[in-house]
Amino acid sequence: MRHSLGEIFFVFQIGGWGMGLALLVLIWLITLVSTYFFVAKTWWLPVGASAATGFIDHQFTITFLIMGVVFLAAQLGLGYIVWRYRQTPKSPPVAYSHGNATMEITWTVLTAILFIGLNVMGSRVWASQRFDPPEAGAVPVEVTGMQFAWYFRYPGADGKYGPTKASLMDPSAGGEAAVGLNTSDAAAKDDVVTGTMYLPVNREIDVSLRAVDVIHSFFVPNLRFKQDAVPGLNIHMHFKPTEVGEYEIACAELCGLGHYKMHGMVHVVSQEDFDKWLAAREAEKQ
Amino acid sequence: MATSATIHSHAPQGFIRKYIFSLDHKVIGIQYFFLALTAVFVGMFLSLLMRIHMIWPNAALPLIGEIKPETYLSLLTMHGTIMVFFVLTTAPQGGFGNYFLPIQIGAPDMAFPVLNMLSFWTTFVGFIVILAAFFVTGGAPLHGWTGYPPLSALSSAGPGEQLGADLWITSIAIFCVASLMGALNFITTTLDLRAKGMTLMRMPLTCWSWFITAILGLLAFGVLLSAGILLLMDRNLGTSFYIPLVVVNGQVMGHKGGSPLLWQHLFWFFGHPEVYIAILPGMGVASQVISTFSRKPIFGYRAMVYAMLSIGFFGFMVWGHHMFMSGMSPYSAFAFSILTMCIGVPSAIKTFNWLGTMWGGHVRFDTPMLYAIGFVSLFVSGGLSGPFLAQPVLDIQLHDTYFVVGHFHLIMGVAAIFGIFAATYYWAPKMFGRMMNETWGRIHFFITLAGTYAIFMPMHYLGMAGQTRRYSQFTEVAYQAKLLPLQTFMTYAAIITIAAQFIFVINLFWSIFKGPKASDNPWEATTLEWTTATPPPHDNFGGVTPVVHNGPYEYGVPGAAKDYVMQTDPAVVPSH
Repeated sequence: MRHSLGEIFFVFQIGGWGMGLALLVLIWLITLVSTYFFVAKTWWLPVGASAATGFIDHQFTITFLIMGVVFLAAQLGLGYIVWRYRQTPKSPPVAYSHGNATMEITWTVLTAILFIGLNVMGSRVWASQRFDPPEAGAVPVEVTGMQFAWYFRYPGADGKYGPTKASLMDPSAGGEAAVGLNTSDAAAKDDVVTGTMYLPVNREIDVSLRAVDVIHSFFVPNLRFKQDAVPGLNIHMHFKPTEVGEYEIACAELCGLGHYKMHGMVHVVSQEDFDKWLAAREAEKQ
Repeated sequence: MATSATIHSHAPQGFIRKYIFSLDHKVIGIQYFFLALTAVFVGMFLSLLMRIHMIWPNAALPLIGEIKPETYLSLLTMHGTIMVFFVLTTAPQGGFGNYFLPIQIGAPDMAFPVLNMLSFWTTFVGFIVILAAFFVTGGAPLHGWTGYPPLSALSSAGPGEQLGADLWITSIAIFCVASLMGALNFITTTLDLRAKGMTLMRMPLTCWSWFITAILGLLAFGVLLSAGILLLMDRNLGTSFYIPLVVVNGQVMGHKGGSPLLWQHLFWFFGHPEVYIAILPGMGVASQVISTFSRKPIFGYRAMVYAMLSIGFFGFMVWGHHMFMSGMSPYSAFAFSILTMCIGVPSAIKTFNWLGTMWGGHVRFDTPMLYAIGFVSLFVSGGLSGPFLAQPVLDIQLHDTYFVVGHFHLIMGVAAIFGIFAATYYWAPKMFGRMMNETWGRIHFFITLAGTYAIFMPMHYLGMAGQTRRYSQFTEVAYQAKLLPLQTFMTYAAIITIAAQFIFVINLFWSIFKGPKASDNPWEATTLEWTTATPPPHDNFGGVTPVVHNGPYEYGVPGAAKDYVMQTDPAVVPSH
């Protein structure tokens, strides 16, 4: 192997030894730096504050570990192979081969088991969230998205949402008028509509998601919750906040020019504070 | 077929018939290539403006002025649409596929030369129509390249949703028609015009990739065309395919009963195969280049063919993985998720086989090979974030965040572009008769590989932290404002990487006019395009019909006189 130190600095002119090494260094560097920021968790999932956090974060970590090992093996292997098998005047003849059926079958089966197994593991969690009904005594809240605000409706003591009408919707007025609440209906009398979401801690929340104009997406990273709000659909979901705190809502579906500022807050409070807050809103209505 | 192939066996005279409305697949291929080159610079410029706006929202740019939030969304929409249709679909298939499919299978031209010309000029019209959207009242649409209704269906839903949105959807419809014409041509050519001895299993993997891509295009673009026509009707004729009863700005719209999810199903039925339309030709080129520059047969040729076929097959059954958060039935989500994981298997096989090809070979580092190696690296990086997003339970956190943006840019954006770069450096000598500069090619490669990783890898960190995509500013949400330093880093990386692309263009044009003359087979490669003159004559083989005796990648055959055996050489290897 003939090479001089100078070749390292002239990799762009000279092929062979220098190029192989330059490729190895660059690919390994990219791989290791990328991996460092994942492992160091410099940027990571936000702190979780709902019952789903454990499941989701666990599944994320398992997926991350498996994919991380494959990533490191493939990239470090790639860097090594291009350097190790670079053509030199003394290279032995190539290993003439059209492949190896046993190896093909082995890695096909292994990959299939790995990928599909991972998926089946995660589906259990997904299924329980979607197919099981909310726990008895869940707190009902209706979430309505419109350009560019979120409104939250609580059905009040009767447990029934009053009817809404498209012709009554007036976004500029906010509150009840924005969601088009038909205030002449008996069931609407005790409905509370707010611009900030209050939730009691450790209670299951039965959410109905609606949108009046275009598609929005109700995303609360800390609560590990996301669901599109689609005009024409009333989508039911449930989740359980487990930590008292204030959490940000960010619209996750492009909804127009104010998409970036379609922001809201969820206040998760104790049951006592929640009852007090709701009673105060009811009182304001009278 | 014989008639259509011989109908113009002597070269037409006159500039217009020769270079503008040419029937020669080689001229049409070059036309597609330069159309895509123009489009990629437009698309890249738009992304530069986006990256600048995210970091310096109030900066007054020369000529353009300050970018407003709605302008940002128009840039984003047009960047995505131009890149996906007029670059990633146009360059690898329309450009290189058109030029090299007939030559690599030993045919004098495509099966339907007139259809081929029409296909290019229809694409060209589509490109002009989409550019026009910038200049009409209200400007370009802001609904994103996915164009979800009702946002894309109602002219009052936002600025740019008036004439601009109509032009946007019209351009896509025109593009669909062009692609359908192209797909028919590619399929017929591959099936009917192969030279004697060119069995399907002796075709270069590039030909397989163009063939499978054409089948995907035939099945996918028809659906998008129909979906687009329905959207145009909703917008202009008062139908309600996609629009339920909605209230925009307090105004009740005159629509009723439509389903916004219908568009998503139709769009992604096209949109997911489109990902493979963009990347499959890249896989073909990577296989061709890696085998050539490793001086070794491709590892597992049949496995590569079956992997591409199964990617194409599964590609049509996974569209729902774009819709896990859409309100679609959770039952179908489970099926879509499992099928998506299945598609990871053939993708992994291909990676193993590329590594297996280099293993024990004589790796040469000419620029095409650097880009093929970069392709493998990006394909692995972009591919491995797929199994995260394929799981509905993880999409709760990751859907519509920068994690998705990082994923698809690495795999269908940058990896596919690396495939195009590999193809350009590899085939430019044959197309233009002159060699490109290696030194500048290498400098371009190293900056581009490091630069693209610096732009797109941090997007995964942002996504995990919950940074939502398509936000023109990050100052309105407190947890997102904290992520601004990473966005700033990405903007600087983007500026450097974009600047480096001028090295490529200058190198390309310089070499076309001033590069050293290329020999007929500068890379010592084996496939048919290297058996003919550089550049190839009008009928590709100068009146000779090639006869094929060997597989496409016979390198390093023990006992052979040279380290490569061309497909037209006498059979030295027992057929396998």
